[in-house]
Amino acid sequence: MLIDVTGVSHVYPGRAEPVVRDLDVRLDERRIGIIGANGSGKSTFARMLNGLVVPSAGTVTVDGLDTGKHGRQVRKRVGFCFTNPDSQIVMPTVAEDVAFGLRRRGLSKAEIAVRVDDMLGQHGLDQFADHAAHQLSGGQKQLLALASILVTGPSLLVMDEPTTLLDLRNTRMVADLIAGLPQQVVLVTHDLELLTDFDRVLVFDEARLVHDGPPAEAIKHYRELMA
Amino acid sequence: MTTLIGLYRPGVSALHRVPAGYKLAAVVVAGAGSIFVRTPGQTGAALVAVLLGYVAARVPPRLLWQSIRPLLWVVIPLGAFQVLAVGWGRASVIIGVIVALVLLANLVTLTTRTTDLVDVVVRLGRQLRFLGVNPERLGLMLNLGIRGVPLVLELATDVREAQHARGQAASARAFAVPLVVGALRRADEIGDALAARGFDD
Repeated sequence: MLIDVTGVSHVYPGRAEPVVRDLDVRLDERRIGIIGANGSGKSTFARMLNGLVVPSAGTVTVDGLDTGKHGRQVRKRVGFCFTNPDSQIVMPTVAEDVAFGLRRRGLSKAEIAVRVDDMLGQHGLDQFADHAAHQLSGGQKQLLALASILVTGPSLLVMDEPTTLLDLRNTRMVADLIAGLPQQVVLVTHDLELLTDFDRVLVFDEARLVHDGPPAEAIKHYRELMA
Repeated sequence: MTTLIGLYRPGVSALHRVPAGYKLAAVVVAGAGSIFVRTPGQTGAALVAVLLGYVAARVPPRLLWQSIRPLLWVVIPLGAFQVLAVGWGRASVIIGVIVALVLLANLVTLTTRTTDLVDVVVRLGRQLRFLGVNPERLGLMLNLGIRGVPLVLELATDVREAQHARGQAASARAFAVPLVVGALRRADEIGDALAARGFDD
């Protein structure tokens, strides 16, 4: 899927300084990483990709759809995974949360149940189907959050620091999951190891895209920037 | 974490198989009927009936105790006040009815999936469309309310622990401000997550 970002700048209401400025980039690789210091604009950029943030200037199109004009269609194609799974699990139990995204898609209850069972099985959460979501471990919650997004079949998955709150084992689990996804993935992260096998990495600094290239080169640039 | 919201406990008992609408209706009827309970004998019968429901649903005694324990904070002081105000007999009726109704509602949540309960409310909400009620939004609101309880409790625990870690004495303001700010921030994040999942209208 082609992501086309043209002349994009963004200023949040009430702030003087843009959080993203003068951004032009086209992305169609399967694995795209985004790195940068805190406050560099990378999370805002990620949120632009499914229309959660509509830029103050310029356009973002995903699969030819302008995120500002066709937000709903864009969000059907683009799943978004947040840092804190507790903020994106909206239903009381595991199975109910996975089913939540399917309820507006005109599917029968039986079809939803089949899809939910399948998704929980794929992510090793089937034995927790009727558990209270808040009682899961941090890693299980992040798996649930991902399962709840993936069950709707997005073509692109945008992830904003999905491993920041996880321990090493759960980070590896999420990394393995990402590696096996058939979807195109845009991953914002501070964990540089996750990007080793990625196709392309963007480096943000002070609201600008300052480097764009293969992982090793981009990570080297980022390390120099942070030194 | 113990809360009064029991949440569904999977099972195959007859109570699990009763449609959610009937169970909700039973709670409403029991609530309305409670005003006719006058004697300790009738109260005892109501309590026994509810407890038999727990047995029929094969709810472990531990879970039953978890449901009763938070109630003690309310019923003990209330019971003491009622004993002084109206005497033992009437106090036992008042407290017994409250306990029976809460346990009945808890039994319904333990044996019914939240989505099934919310679906009933959504179905009822459809009858109120002429008043401008959006039943889907009503259902979502209920789900988020139920989901919000453990989130706010966790937040409260975090705030309290942070206060203790900094050696601060109990202070209502120092507790309430970060709790409210944290809850609002979490609400914002959940709003973003709902929008990201396509629930943005």
